[in-house]
Amino acid sequence: MQPTLFSTQQWTVSRLTFYIRKLLEENEILQDVWVQGEISNLSRPASGHVYFTLKDSSAALKCVMWKTSASRLGIALQDGMEVEVHGRIGIYEVSGQYQLYADQIRSVGEGALYQEFLRLKSMLEAEGLFAPERKRPIPAFPHKIGIVTSATGAALRDMLNTLRRRLPLVEVILAPSPVQGTEAPPALVKALQSPILQSSDVIILARGGGSIEDLWAFNDERVVRAVAMSAVPVICGVGHETDFTLSDFAADLRAPTPTAAAELATQITIQDLAATVSNLQSRLFSATLNLVAEKKTALSSLRAQLRYVSPDRRIQSEHQRVDDLARRAFSSLYHHTQLQFAHVKGMQKRLEALSPLAVLARGYAVVTRKDDGSVVSRVAQASDEMKVRVSDGEFEVKHSR
Amino acid sequence: MPKSSTQKTEKAIEELSYEEALAELEEIVSALESEQNQLEESIKLFERGQALAARCGVLLEAAQLKVKQVAGDDVLPFEEESE
Repeated sequence: MQPTLFSTQQWTVSRLTFYIRKLLEENEILQDVWVQGEISNLSRPASGHVYFTLKDSSAALKCVMWKTSASRLGIALQDGMEVEVHGRIGIYEVSGQYQLYADQIRSVGEGALYQEFLRLKSMLEAEGLFAPERKRPIPAFPHKIGIVTSATGAALRDMLNTLRRRLPLVEVILAPSPVQGTEAPPALVKALQSPILQSSDVIILARGGGSIEDLWAFNDERVVRAVAMSAVPVICGVGHETDFTLSDFAADLRAPTPTAAAELATQITIQDLAATVSNLQSRLFSATLNLVAEKKTALSSLRAQLRYVSPDRRIQSEHQRVDDLARRAFSSLYHHTQLQFAHVKGMQKRLEALSPLAVLARGYAVVTRKDDGSVVSRVAQASDEMKVRVSDGEFEVKHSR
Repeated sequence: MPKSSTQKTEKAIEELSYEEALAELEEIVSALESEQNQLEESIKLFERGQALAARCGVLLEAAQLKVKQVAGDDVLPFEEESE
């Protein structure tokens, strides 16, 4: 074809490039593609952006991945690696080159695995294997913890250290199993179904971090079903926080990591137990002290009652009565005595009035014989010696004839 | 606490597991807190409670994680790799 010498449209390089760019960017397919190829010319300058060429046997595609996307990459890129890259096609106008602006890279097969994951997930979900009402509570204070994991991995060491720190009273039963590769799923199922393990209080199914292929055994239908069918509650701690496996969905409890699974299996720690014991101990003390105090109070109230009914009071009142009676007896006796006394006084007065001594006071005398004391009232009776009694005494006289 | 159950559970303290000791301690504390006991009986309960609490403490102090391994139908001690 002959070039048109006098075109109506004049193009500059910039305008033409811009035009091409618009064409590409308006194409929906080119703005959202997964491209498979082998990485070559990988370059990671200090800027943090990643540049490489994706190629296959007959073509090559320039690729760039900006720093923000590159920092989120789950895999380490290498030349020669077969990958699937997601992104949009654009134009680098400075060199007039079209290239893939990549935002995600995954290893080949990962995409297919993810499809399989989604298929299995919706199937098992439809069966009700992941239903919330199937979830059983994890015992707060287990005696036996079953662990299904690799006997040699860091995951086991982390879990044992965690259990040792949190609840060394527990007995751990390990059912070792390979956790990746084709032999892993049947071995994991056998370990989960082991009668010895099924006699524990809770089972931890665990594996350390890895790529989606590494964790794939935990998406295996047989393993997922064995988790769901376990007679003992299962805690699943596979990979890292961001990894979700179907075993996680089927388990009674999902833990973000193996260490977290060991923590979730020991809700009550030895520190809690020690606190419980010391709390019980102080309750024991105060209950006993209260009891003794109660008994003391009861005793002192009994004492008060006893005092109230004591014969002491009776005795006191009897005393008073006796005193009363004594006082009355005394006063009546006194009165009587006074009467008697007055009577005697009167009698005495009368007696005195009759007394011969009163005659003596008027100047008479009584003469008695000294020898026989008889009264001399006639002369013939006079003797030699006689006594003469006058009012204030007596004297002797001699009779002279 | 009724006398019969005290007697029934009265195993030698040093033979009790942590759970047994704790359960009996709890029982004794609530008996002391809620029931009217003879003083002499209460003092006995208190002394047993003290011994049980000490037993729990000893068991907690001495607790060592036991790790066993399933080997076929058997259980063997599990040897941890030393770091």
